[in-house]
Amino acid sequence: MKNAVSFIVGLIFAIGLGISGMTQVHVVRGFLDIFGSWNPALMGVMIGAIGVHSLFYYNIKKKSSPLLDTKFHLPTRKDIDKKLLIGSAVFGIGWGWAGICPGPGIVAATSGNMNILIFVASMLTGMGIYKLIEKKL
Amino acid sequence: MINALLGGMLIGIAVSIMLLFNGRVTGISGIVSGSLQPKMGDIGWRTLFIAGLVSGGFLLQFTIPSAFVQNSNALTGDYIFAGLMVGFGTVLGNGCTSGHGVCGISRLSIRSILATITFIAFGILSVIVFKTLRGSL
Repeated sequence: MKNAVSFIVGLIFAIGLGISGMTQVHVVRGFLDIFGSWNPALMGVMIGAIGVHSLFYYNIKKKSSPLLDTKFHLPTRKDIDKKLLIGSAVFGIGWGWAGICPGPGIVAATSGNMNILIFVASMLTGMGIYKLIEKKL
Repeated sequence: MINALLGGMLIGIAVSIMLLFNGRVTGISGIVSGSLQPKMGDIGWRTLFIAGLVSGGFLLQFTIPSAFVQNSNALTGDYIFAGLMVGFGTVLGNGCTSGHGVCGISRLSIRSILATITFIAFGILSVIVFKTLRGSL
């Protein structure tokens, strides 16, 4: 049942990305191009998503547990460490360079666009490299 | 802009369903990277979520084919570089646009707010560097 919910969440998420233009690299880079022809679409997506989710979040969190699990699995860390900031900076550089982040990459790869497929393969490789050297960091 | 808001609201609904039923954050980089090292009892929901994203992508191919028109000067090497940075950076920084940007900000997590400011700032910087080197996006 939890797996079925995950599938539906992935499906709705993908449709949201497609409707909003986030599966298009020029729309995403257009948001980051603040000194060029700025495209506010990504800001609209964030406002829509955060607006809806923050309303639900506080109501859902009042429950003692989620409907299909015994407890919530939410991040609890509050410390600001170097990994968080450096990782986010590295992610931001890659994000701006191609205009793709993980979700839109996976969704847009279904179009068979070779560059997007190469992006996703490289992203998985980057994740794998981190896992391999994780203990040395 | 209406489409961006509507798409964003769908994403907000999707991540709220995940929290309500499964008690989990919908952080796509975390879901994907966690599936690279499968653990018993933890791999099903991750795989089905990714399957949902991919199915949503295929559904969009038929319903909104224009969502996959890409407009960019980036070359194959750029997508490899960007993919590696996005993959490595999101695991190092514990999240991407979905986990930090949507879910984290909705929870008012300080870590996620700082991460989001950081990756947007470096995304803007990355776009500036790309435009300076190549003349246009």
